[in-house]
Amino acid sequence: MSNPSNPPLGKPLWLLAELTYRCPLQCPYCSNPLDFARYKDELDTDGWLRVLREARKMGAAQLGFSGGEPLVRQDLEILIAESRKLGYYSNLITSGVGMDESRIATFKDAGLDHIQVSFQASNEELNNYLGGTDSFQHKVEMARLVKKYDYPMVLNIVIHRQNIDQIEDIIKMTIDLNADYVELASTQYYGWSKLNEAHLLPTREQLARAEAIAHDYQVRMKGRMKILYVVPDYYETRPKACMNGWGSVFLTIAPDGSALPCHAARQLPGLSFPNVRDHSIEWIWNESPTFNHFRGDAWMKEPCRSCPEKTKDFGGCRCQAYMLTGDAANADPVCDKSPHHAELVAMVDRLTSTPLATAIADRPLVFRNTRNSKEHVT
Amino acid sequence: MTDALSPTLIPRIAPLYRLQWEEAQACHVLLYPEGMVKLGGSAGEIMKRIDGKTSVAALIEDLKSAFPGVPLDDDVKTFIETAYTQGWLRNVEPK
Ligand code: SF4
Ligand code: SF4
Repeated sequence: MSNPSNPPLGKPLWLLAELTYRCPLQCPYCSNPLDFARYKDELDTDGWLRVLREARKMGAAQLGFSGGEPLVRQDLEILIAESRKLGYYSNLITSGVGMDESRIATFKDAGLDHIQVSFQASNEELNNYLGGTDSFQHKVEMARLVKKYDYPMVLNIVIHRQNIDQIEDIIKMTIDLNADYVELASTQYYGWSKLNEAHLLPTREQLARAEAIAHDYQVRMKGRMKILYVVPDYYETRPKACMNGWGSVFLTIAPDGSALPCHAARQLPGLSFPNVRDHSIEWIWNESPTFNHFRGDAWMKEPCRSCPEKTKDFGGCRCQAYMLTGDAANADPVCDKSPHHAELVAMVDRLTSTPLATAIADRPLVFRNTRNSKEHVT
Repeated sequence: MTDALSPTLIPRIAPLYRLQWEEAQACHVLLYPEGMVKLGGSAGEIMKRIDGKTSVAALIEDLKSAFPGVPLDDDVKTFIETAYTQGWLRNVEPK
């Protein structure tokens, strides 16, 4: 399958194992598919063990256990032990709900390398409201235990219109909890967050202020704590290099065994995602039509096709292109060379000039839970 | 950070990082939360000798006997300084 005009095939360095879509929280910006309730048939332990072994053979080195809430899986300990044996660097990406001291200790013995705990906000009320559960105190307790057991700890807080003004408190909380890294991740608008974007997209003024504060703390905390601040790309003029290119380094395995080039890709029409129950990871990565679909640049249209920057951003995010232009092969409209960019700017203006109270009155926030998901199962 | 790298300094790999040989990449890599740095051949040779017991001077001696005739003092020091700046290394505190 060698095409001389395409660069040599990369390795799936990053394996994201979405162990389950079950989750005790209900974050309205969750990146799981809207119709997650459709996928009930989870891979069993042996299925996951095979995925771990095959992907490692293909060159995967970073492994993320995520979901849903990966702690829901009672076989997590087994999977962690196997990943250490195989030589992965394993990351547990969790809300902290479902964790306790004995599990933290067991994971450590099994060889887990790192724990990332997410918070919804720095104050209990907002945190619990957004997560749809009383989880704040428990998360704080878990974050302290993660450090007590000497793990590197990343704290992740998804930033949006309703918590962005508290960014300083959020950063102070992470300092207080002794985080090694902090990810202040602006909401990406697909899945549940797209549905709730009027409640979530911050205004330009909010963003400018938050950015200044985050930058200030980045300087202050240099050498002690790394702060990563990802701005919402709706405000940019060049798209992000989504997933570092389709089928280039990322491999997501969804709870039912579907292999995805990106955890959001499931929504793209016309693609069928190969399942690890039917195919080897090697075939999926190297040969499957879906992983080859947006590889390289042969699929590109103008303006990307003749653009010198196409090797830098790969034309942006396929999901964003699909959601905002109706065609996944278009340039990501975040790019100001895209003929759809003006529409995006107008949409952002419309969303952010509507006061939050009005947006809430127009339609309440839709929480990510099974009941709401069933409405999207057709 | 180190201003002038002292030969008696004993570096260790910072707790956030794990060094390992990656067969698929045919090189040493440093793994850390959600990331990986690939190390070139000489960087790998240096890093794999950093065990929290060996001083910079002893490390250079060891490398010299492994690669006889190669003038490597300055390169090794420069790399170790970079590694400190990157946060990959910490000092072993004298007891
Ligand atoms: S974003 Fe929230 S609801 Fe979605 S999986 Fe994570 S914790 Fe659960
Ligand atoms: S036109 Fe396409 S390739 Fe060029 S900068 Fe915009 S999105 Fe990237």
